[in-house]
Amino acid sequence: MTLAAAEVAPPRKFRPRRRRGRTRSTGLFLVSLLVALILLLPLAFLLVEAQGVGVQTVASLINRPLTLHLFWNTVRLAVVVTALCAVLGTGTAWLVERTDLPGRRVWAVLLVVPLAIPDFVVSFSWSSLSTAVTGYWGAVLVMTLSIYPLVYLPVAASLRNADPAQEEVAHGLGAGRLRTFWRITVGQARVAILGGCLLVVLVLLAEYGAFEILGYQTFTTEIFTEFSQAFNVAAASALSLVLVALGLVVLAGESLARGRGRVNRVDRMAQHRTDRLRLGRWTGIVLLALLALVLLALGLPVGSAIYWWVAGAQHVLDGVSILSAAGHTALYGACAGAVATLMALPVGILAIRYDGRLRRMLERSTYLVLAMPGLVIALALAYFSEQYGGGLWYQTAPMLVLAYAIMFFPLALVGVRASVAQAPAGLENVAQSLGQGRLAVLWRVTRPLVGPGLAAAFCLVFLSVVTELTATLILVPTGVQTLATQFWSYQQNLAYGQAAPFALLMIAIAAVPSYVLGRFFDRLPARAAAS
Amino acid sequence: MTTARASGAQQPLLGRLRLNRHTMAAALALSCSVGLLTLGGSAAGAATPSITVYSGQHEQTTQSLITAFEKKTGINVAVRYNDEDTFTDEILAEKSHPVADVFYTENSPPLEHLQEKGALAKVNASTLAKTPSAYNSAKGDWVGVSARVSVLIYNPSLISKSQLPTTVLGLADPKYKGKLAIAPGETDFQPIVTSVDRTYGKAATLSWLEGIKSNAGGQDYPDNETIADEVNRGAAAFGVVNQYYWYRMRAELGASNIHSKIAYFAPSDPGYVLDVSGAAVLKSSKNQAAAQEFVAFLVSKQGQEVIAHSNSFEYPLDDGVTTDAAETPFAELQPNSITVAQLGDGATAIALLSQAGLL
Repeated sequence: MTLAAAEVAPPRKFRPRRRRGRTRSTGLFLVSLLVALILLLPLAFLLVEAQGVGVQTVASLINRPLTLHLFWNTVRLAVVVTALCAVLGTGTAWLVERTDLPGRRVWAVLLVVPLAIPDFVVSFSWSSLSTAVTGYWGAVLVMTLSIYPLVYLPVAASLRNADPAQEEVAHGLGAGRLRTFWRITVGQARVAILGGCLLVVLVLLAEYGAFEILGYQTFTTEIFTEFSQAFNVAAASALSLVLVALGLVVLAGESLARGRGRVNRVDRMAQHRTDRLRLGRWTGIVLLALLALVLLALGLPVGSAIYWWVAGAQHVLDGVSILSAAGHTALYGACAGAVATLMALPVGILAIRYDGRLRRMLERSTYLVLAMPGLVIALALAYFSEQYGGGLWYQTAPMLVLAYAIMFFPLALVGVRASVAQAPAGLENVAQSLGQGRLAVLWRVTRPLVGPGLAAAFCLVFLSVVTELTATLILVPTGVQTLATQFWSYQQNLAYGQAAPFALLMIAIAAVPSYVLGRFFDRLPARAAAS
Repeated sequence: MTTARASGAQQPLLGRLRLNRHTMAAALALSCSVGLLTLGGSAAGAATPSITVYSGQHEQTTQSLITAFEKKTGINVAVRYNDEDTFTDEILAEKSHPVADVFYTENSPPLEHLQEKGALAKVNASTLAKTPSAYNSAKGDWVGVSARVSVLIYNPSLISKSQLPTTVLGLADPKYKGKLAIAPGETDFQPIVTSVDRTYGKAATLSWLEGIKSNAGGQDYPDNETIADEVNRGAAAFGVVNQYYWYRMRAELGASNIHSKIAYFAPSDPGYVLDVSGAAVLKSSKNQAAAQEFVAFLVSKQGQEVIAHSNSFEYPLDDGVTTDAAETPFAELQPNSITVAQLGDGATAIALLSQAGLL
């Protein structure tokens, strides 16, 4: 690519580019539509099943004393936990990405890992530590500490990719530290913060395991009762639709809050090495606060698991089985991470690059799947496979991976979105006008720009897969154990001593992508500068 | 405002990094596809006779039973574990392309539910004859394999045995406010509700449930395991569980860490319920003979001995087989006379529980 080529080419290159832009958009739209349709399968299943129950039954299910209580429980939990996660996730991401915090690489890993601790371990270790950790405040505490990484990860990716020069300019113009943080940093990361919060709310809507242990009732715990104890799939499906409706309200709210702001930066190439804010005398206090957070979110559950391991009566450990379980968990997680990220890419690019109500709605609709419990998604896939696929893929690895990719698609999408939002389309256009082929542009320009977001997307999905249980139990190939299913088996039988190593291994496996992600981020500015 | 400059780190890593990432991506894609193919391939079964069992029962015990069965018959058994309630939904969804041949559960309601839906085949008469008929399906669609009873678990440092209720109705007595631990969502609790309803009727059951709810003080426990643990640690004074949870807890923690005891309701009290674990052959199974053979094995002398010597602490239903565990012998239990058919699929209990705001 040379300057000369650019000088000669413009008239010839500019017209075709337009047409090509439109075809690419149509292609993108069709691919995205396909992805959206796959993601709406569970919703279709719910509609089909709910038809089987009369309006009157649904009305009587919804119209009972418990419903208002459940509704209130669900809403007040979502509001407070989301607010806390936003503060914790954004604050910690800023500290790690924008200040001279000592040991940033270590913190970057430690702050993410809590996402991969099984609900049961977190809730049970808290409730065995203190009986006060139950009900509403127990749920607030436990959920905040285990899902704030859903905000941290996209925000960290976004801050890593955003232009710190704006902060420097703000400083230069005399803005205070707080004002700069609020106006510039939070402003740059707004899409990521809102995206993370959206995930938090939707995950809360579908959460079941932790609330069961903490004795906190929400809509989802009630849905599980209908599904499992009353064997009433129709009624459970009808109630799940209420959950979907709540999800729609949340999505609309997030859309309003996000507005149409964009944070594209044109001078990506011009970015220089980040100048980090010096914490100075605050260093000690900040370190203490982070240490406290990590101890609560990670130290306590890990400590409990180690305690169970040591205190448990039976130490019979089947080495082969734990290795095979770990291998399957890692394999499924990696495949699901890759599939979900690939699926999210067209949808994310479409939503950010090409405006239009239809495209936005298409992208939005894919978030709904997160508000549906894993049980619903697994049963939906089983249903479609049985009904229309002749049992194809049922209880095989590909279907399990597909179920994971569907369940955690929105997590991948947020990662993808955050980085696509910051990668200026202009840069690609320039590259194309400079005579680069479309694939070359994709590989040499787009990929490095969205790279961190894709890595974040992959990791978020991977971490979530590691602990997923309900869909796994339904769809895992017969005879295969994952860390989560094996942990569940022992825990079901009160064999905490035997369950503990599986929990610890889940946490250890989760630490790997978190670490890789951290390292990857660290190299990024150097690479961007070199290209 | 000072900023730290972390410069000098702009090494031209590009070439090496790209290669690494290419390789990594390729390796990842390759290992994923190879892994999936192998896993997918291994799911297709071999030609030897084989059956698939869906088990909601104690995993280690089921595993021992399967090992013994495979050794004896040469029939391969593939097994899946999950909550039996989820299995029930799954089995109904699988009707057109059945996977499971045998369904082995911890409780009778899921089997009764599938029986109502016409999803179960008749169990061979010779198999049914092995178990006292009171513990089998009245229609002969499933056979009882083992049993357990509901008891009170209490912490003597918080409440003495003499202060405990002897009847299930006593659980609703206001004097137990803040002391009672219950798990209304647990499958083991519904049979008690069904039993109370059978004896005292809906209205009385409802007010009894309301009393229980008030005594539990808004604290619902998720399952019997948690109740056993909390009572043992002194977080709750007493609760209702099935007897085997206490024995399993003792086996796991060791006798020195047990600070709780169990107590029985008065003989024949509606709260003193025998829960039956059973097994059935699915009507959709294409391996009826092998499936029948497996179910027969569960209630055979050999199968019952495996259960008796396992650490599931359930009572084998074969008269001639007794458990190793130091627990009240099965013959000395004096449960209420409610039958498995009367326990049904638990729908009435669930309706009452949700009416009382406990579900």
